[in-house]
Amino acid sequence: MCSMVNERTTVSGGGKGPQGWFPVDYVSVGYDHPVFVAREHAITIDFANESAGPGARVAVELTPESARELIATLQTALDKGTVLKLP
Amino acid sequence: MVMRTDATVGMTCEYVTLPGHNGDQINAYVARPAGPGPFPGMVLVHHMPGWDEWYFEATRRFAQHGYATICPNLYARSGHGTPEDVAAVVRSQGGVPDAQVVGDLQGAFKWLRGQSYSSGKVGLFGTCSGGRHGFLAACQLGTEVDALVECWGGRVIMADADLTPNQPVSPNTLTAQLTAPILGIFGNDDTSPPPPQVDQHEAELKAAGKNLEFHRYDGAPHGFFYYDRAAYRQAQAVDGWSKIWEFLPKHLS
Repeated sequence: MCSMVNERTTVSGGGKGPQGWFPVDYVSVGYDHPVFVAREHAITIDFANESAGPGARVAVELTPESARELIATLQTALDKGTVLKLP
Repeated sequence: MVMRTDATVGMTCEYVTLPGHNGDQINAYVARPAGPGPFPGMVLVHHMPGWDEWYFEATRRFAQHGYATICPNLYARSGHGTPEDVAAVVRSQGGVPDAQVVGDLQGAFKWLRGQSYSSGKVGLFGTCSGGRHGFLAACQLGTEVDALVECWGGRVIMADADLTPNQPVSPNTLTAQLTAPILGIFGNDDTSPPPPQVDQHEAELKAAGKNLEFHRYDGAPHGFFYYDRAAYRQAQAVDGWSKIWEFLPKHLS
């Protein structure tokens, strides 16, 4: 936990892990040492379920540049949905 | 210990449970040379990725070199699963509290010294967050730690703004309490700790009159011992391990 940069928020949704779909009730976002991405630090995102144990997790690691692209893409999709008045 | 082709003594590995901080039962991995001993001991402080395969292999490596070695699971209270999944839970919780880690390590020292094969001399080794925890524990446990190997401990030097309930003290402020000789291994391409912090860390140890030996490696990033990661640097890692095998017998024999 060398950078200790980590943010967590409560969410409502679902994720698909090795055992299938499960409810996601929090997202943890770090900027720390990745497991897979070949660089010293990366954005780590875990979509997880508090009560279902450590295995209830969908993990993603992104380069910081890719994380910014993801933010922009999420915003674009949300904006288009708003225009279409999607429920 | 030099490896020999005519060696006849093998190794024993096992999982054990021991009382950690507050008497909580935590699990640990132990590897030791076969036979009655007495063997010097090592306590290994695992890194941020958790109680993982690299640390199990490091535990056996220390045993191969003659040390009865224990690696406690510092994430034992956060559930069980793959090391990566458990480490993710701990990460989402802001890490484990420093006091809890020190208590768990103290439990590991007591457990190891309580074994019939222990010589009573026990050192401490940690990398990454484990390097930081190792230095912190060595300062707080004093003479319970006979030697310390700190590998690229990040956040040994912390700004006041970075202190948290889990990490309420910057470890370097406890430097005066350190009694164990310390071997420090660092990469000059590391950003946590960056070279200027390594310089400060070394200067503070020198100013306090500590027994220290620091080695810095050019071309080495954070975690350059980890053969399973892009950070691995073969020549620097081999030399770093050799420094460990030279350092420990001087203080644990």
